[in-house]
Amino acid sequence: MRKGWILLGILSAALTAFRPSFTGYEIGDTATDFKLKNVDGTSVSLADYKDAKGFIVVFDCNTCPYSKAYNSRIIALNEKYVSKGFPLIAINASDNSSPGESTDDNISKAKKHTYKFPYLIDETQGIARAYGATNTPHVFVLNRTPQGLKVAYIGTIDDNPRSPDKVTVRYVEDAIDALLSGKEVPVKKTKAIGCTIKWKPA
Amino acid sequence: MRTPPQNILALLVVMLAITGSIAQTQEANLVSVEQLQSAIRGDESKIQVINFWATWCAPCVKEMPLLEKLHLSDNRVHVRLVSMDMDLDPNPEKVMAFIRRKKLLSEVLILNEKGPSNEWIDRIEKTWSGALPATLVVNNRNGKRKFIERQLQEGELEKLIDEVNN
Repeated sequence: MRKGWILLGILSAALTAFRPSFTGYEIGDTATDFKLKNVDGTSVSLADYKDAKGFIVVFDCNTCPYSKAYNSRIIALNEKYVSKGFPLIAINASDNSSPGESTDDNISKAKKHTYKFPYLIDETQGIARAYGATNTPHVFVLNRTPQGLKVAYIGTIDDNPRSPDKVTVRYVEDAIDALLSGKEVPVKKTKAIGCTIKWKPA
Repeated sequence: MRTPPQNILALLVVMLAITGSIAQTQEANLVSVEQLQSAIRGDESKIQVINFWATWCAPCVKEMPLLEKLHLSDNRVHVRLVSMDMDLDPNPEKVMAFIRRKKLLSEVLILNEKGPSNEWIDRIEKTWSGALPATLVVNNRNGKRKFIERQLQEGELEKLIDEVNN
């Protein structure tokens, strides 16, 4: 009996030691739905969008200079793709106790820029962790398939944060255009310098 | 003709002021990723500590005193503070003003890469998402390296240095 317990102990220790650390989604993974509070007080889930062919999920925040630099491009992405079946969902996952990132700050940002898309609050930061969002703005393009919402692109919006007029590659647009025409997404994953998501102290 | 002692004193004061101002207004050099890499690789005599930061990044500014302290207290280490500001702002003056205001003593470099960051982040560190702050610790003698992509805690740098030393 005692041997059994020891064995169990060794086994569970081994399992803990070799459990891979979860680092968020890779391309092709099935993305989880969520139910998060919007700036208008309602709750929003991806399941609410019955006709959507997919989604542009953007982890964003209010104070990050990269978020500011990309704000008009985020609004334009929704405008261009909502009618094509890819609505944009912005999520603020920053610790809402950090300056400029409270619910009220989210509300005034959405108002100021007349957001026509949800700006959700990931209060527990659980969705950002599940997706593996690290920066802001960090984009996940999801594609609806019979097997669920598949992650088709992860990364930055385009190749020039500094000047929109000098952009040469529009990664997110290229990804959605490819999905809409049944082609392979040309660049599936990108990295970019950016603000870290402000995580709550553990 | 004998120089009056007051004049010598005045000259000394002027000279001190000049050297003092040179020491204070350290100018950061603009570097490419390639230049940064060869600077890091080129030195085997010291542990290389490379901190990636930006003037707009609050956690970066918060952790900077830890790097400055390390630079002043441990001569086995070469600290480089690499500003990423030019990724968003083509004018390096904001960084220069920051260096003067904070009176930074560690070596400051400003990364000036024309290409999109997606093309060069991996060349610096494969596991880096691109979020700031980030710190790389390299020992060129044994090839060991450590990378941290978040704000440093007190004592953490010393631990990382020990780890690459063993």
